[in-house]
Amino acid sequence: MRNILTLAGKEMQLYFISPIAYVVATVFLAVSDYIFYSQVQFYSGFSLQARQMQGNLPQLNIHDAVFRPTFLNMSVILLLIMPLLTMRLFAEEKKGHTSELLMTSPLSITEIVMGKFVAVLWIYFLLLVMTLHMPLILSIVTDISWKPLFASYLGLFLMGGVFLSMGLFASALTENQIIAAVISFGILIGLWLIGVSAHNTGETPLGQFANYLSMMDHLDNFVKGLIGTRDLCYFISMTVFGLFLTHRVVESQRWK
Amino acid sequence: MIEVSHLSKRYGDIVAIDDVTFSVDRGQILAFLGPNGAGKTTTMRILTCFMPATSGSATVAGYDIFESPMEIKRRIGYLPENPPVYLEMTVVEYLRFVAKIKGLSGRGIKTGLDSALEKCTLGHVSGRLIGNLSRGYRQRVGLAQALIHNPDVLILDEPTVGLDPKQIIEIRELIKALAGEHTIILSTHILPEATAVSQKVVIINRGKIVAVDSQERLSAQVRKSEKVSFRVRRKEALVPQKILAISGVHQVIPQEADKGEGAYIVESDVGRDIREDLSRTIVTNGWGLLEMKPLVLSLEEVFLELTTQEKDVEAASFSAASHQATEENQ
Ligand SMILES: Nc1ncnc2c1ncn2[C@@H]1O[C@H](COP(=O)(O)OP(=O)(O)OP(=O)(O)O)[C@@H](O)[C@H]1O
Ligand SMILES: [Mg+2]
Repeated sequence: MRNILTLAGKEMQLYFISPIAYVVATVFLAVSDYIFYSQVQFYSGFSLQARQMQGNLPQLNIHDAVFRPTFLNMSVILLLIMPLLTMRLFAEEKKGHTSELLMTSPLSITEIVMGKFVAVLWIYFLLLVMTLHMPLILSIVTDISWKPLFASYLGLFLMGGVFLSMGLFASALTENQIIAAVISFGILIGLWLIGVSAHNTGETPLGQFANYLSMMDHLDNFVKGLIGTRDLCYFISMTVFGLFLTHRVVESQRWK
Repeated sequence: MIEVSHLSKRYGDIVAIDDVTFSVDRGQILAFLGPNGAGKTTTMRILTCFMPATSGSATVAGYDIFESPMEIKRRIGYLPENPPVYLEMTVVEYLRFVAKIKGLSGRGIKTGLDSALEKCTLGHVSGRLIGNLSRGYRQRVGLAQALIHNPDVLILDEPTVGLDPKQIIEIRELIKALAGEHTIILSTHILPEATAVSQKVVIINRGKIVAVDSQERLSAQVRKSEKVSFRVRRKEALVPQKILAISGVHQVIPQEADKGEGAYIVESDVGRDIREDLSRTIVTNGWGLLEMKPLVLSLEEVFLELTTQEKDVEAASFSAASHQATEENQ
């Protein structure tokens, strides 16, 4: 445990020194804010219309109208930028020969993998915290329901775990950061698109399985405000699977 | 302290090391001497449990490399071929991190850090980013990293590479001072370095051990002359005498040969190739040349590659000494 924290601490330090985390955070927050702003604008226009027509339009709740589309769009942006956070984790160690230090120190591979994962998960957590200004601003002018908001953030956080563990795996495969990023884009987009095709294959067992593998529906449940065991299990087991793969790759590289 | 027996490592078809066996006693310094690609780094990586061997076994500090790698990792300090440093960290931040992952805590970190900084004379750059340090200083940070937890065994892969001549001498002195308390294996492809620092030299070439010996015994084996053997159809009494007349030749040793034929080994000055003169003499005298070949023992062959000039270092050691002398005079 102590070792994991030491390793995570070093990893965070390197994140804060390098510009990449700042660039990623800035782009992410700028785009998210823009999406949020346009959803709010759309919503206020819509509710103005609704008032003029004196309730003839169905009442739209603010969570479904503003936060749900914002978070769903945000998840796509995350899919595109998270590989940039994870790409350096193992690739850089190998390229800079520091992997020889880690692998000849009394550290287990699990500790090395977890140290990196904990660090990048913490960075991601900070990123999500920084988006809290959206509901906070909105809560000044209107009533918002915090419960589905909490579920949404939990969903985003868990989905991030999957993104990061897959990115970690990709980074362990190569010493080239660009290749690592491209591989993790591949994996994440695959996990995303499998849902799109699943909608087409319908109710066959294969289609259902593909549906289960797809991230989109699981995230949507959280974002709707539903915390279901099925979705929890999905995200956690996918994360563990990614970490397991990473462990195997790091282990097997000793034998090359 | 370190026992290596019949260790082999293959990368696919490439045999990096082949049946390597040697041992190091507690407190000794062993130099691993070999030209580029000999398998020095590979052997060290196996001993540090960075990667497993294909076959054979080894124990370090009493622990088997396959069975208890964790115990070994706790007891070794390793300076890899390329110093394993984070360029974005300062020297102190980096060494503190290393101390922690080596298992030090609390006051241990502080003492380890201070002594490592002092031993490697890094005090004045301790707050600088490693990325801004020169190659030689990075190498010293790498060395400090290997020393910080005061390990029983030090494995140093070409510790003086990239240092200037004055620093080379300092680091060699440091390594010599560390022996006794620590058991040390270091690699080098410079013969004078191996003999200057260590009690025991293992010479490795193309993955195979060519010689294991103390440095005095090895030096005695280094050739003092060039040897050529030849065979002629007609043995004549005049042969040795005529060949001795060739300039540079100092000895002709007759060998056993088939009936009527003559076989000899000719010793001549080092660095002088007498084969052309030799063949001309044989042909003009009509002895009937059957065979001629230079005699090169594999050990000598390796030494030939290893005996690189070390003028720089000698010059620096001289100027350092004279510098000191002038300071004392003032
Ligand atoms: N990862 C690898 N894959 C394939 N072959 C390798 C690998 N690492 C080393 N080798 C080969 O193994 C042999 C021994 O290499 P090694 O690095 O141990 O030599 P060395 O004695 O350290 O040489 P140098 O003095 O250049 O550092 C070389 O022929 C090298 O090409
Ligand atoms: Mg080497």
